[in-house]
Amino acid sequence: MVQLTYEPIDVPQLLARAQQPEAGAVLLFLGTTRRFTADRETTALRYEAYEEMAVRELEKLEAEARRRWSLVECAIVHRLGRVPLAGASVAVVVSSPHRDAAFAAGRWLIDSLKETAPIWKQEHWTDGTVEWVHPGTAQHSKADQS
Amino acid sequence: MKVAVKLFAAARELAGETELAVELPDGADVAQLRASLAAKSPQLKPIADRSLIAVNSEYADQATVIRAGDEIALIPPVSGG
Repeated sequence: MVQLTYEPIDVPQLLARAQQPEAGAVLLFLGTTRRFTADRETTALRYEAYEEMAVRELEKLEAEARRRWSLVECAIVHRLGRVPLAGASVAVVVSSPHRDAAFAAGRWLIDSLKETAPIWKQEHWTDGTVEWVHPGTAQHSKADQS
Repeated sequence: MKVAVKLFAAARELAGETELAVELPDGADVAQLRASLAAKSPQLKPIADRSLIAVNSEYADQATVIRAGDEIALIPPVSGG
């Protein structure tokens, strides 16, 4: 299951759907808004996506994860719009009969999402400035460590 | 043919538009699209040089041929998660 949402991510609901009789392991990863990036302080993040394509890319990731590992449930949810401090911008939930597959799939899914999904974050700093994060481009290199 | 290129994030803000119309010869590929985009909107260069092009919601390579009616997007380096 993949989803983009402008609302807070319903984590308990995702966990409940992953916790099935066929599964012996349920793994949750949340990416959350961090206050400090190096010495700069964040007030919030704002996310934008090329939504039709992002959904397709996330669906491809789910399909590939299910091909590589034996998964019972696989859910990838990304929040868009403003995400406050400590809020979850992304949730990956996988369940599998045994834990090795859940850990491996969860790690691969979040790493791959960050490489391929057409989704962008904008830092809102406490000094009032805003900055799109585009890793590898000169004017945004300060925020590369996401 | 005229194609519309969707812009996102810093590229959208640099251009001041959510889409740019670009005129291309029939049978043009992504490399030609990039050249036309650079000529039309030089302020996009710092981002465009590091961006990928998507055609119909799939990442394309330089040789991908563009057809009238294709949905085209400039994909700056992504930072989701």
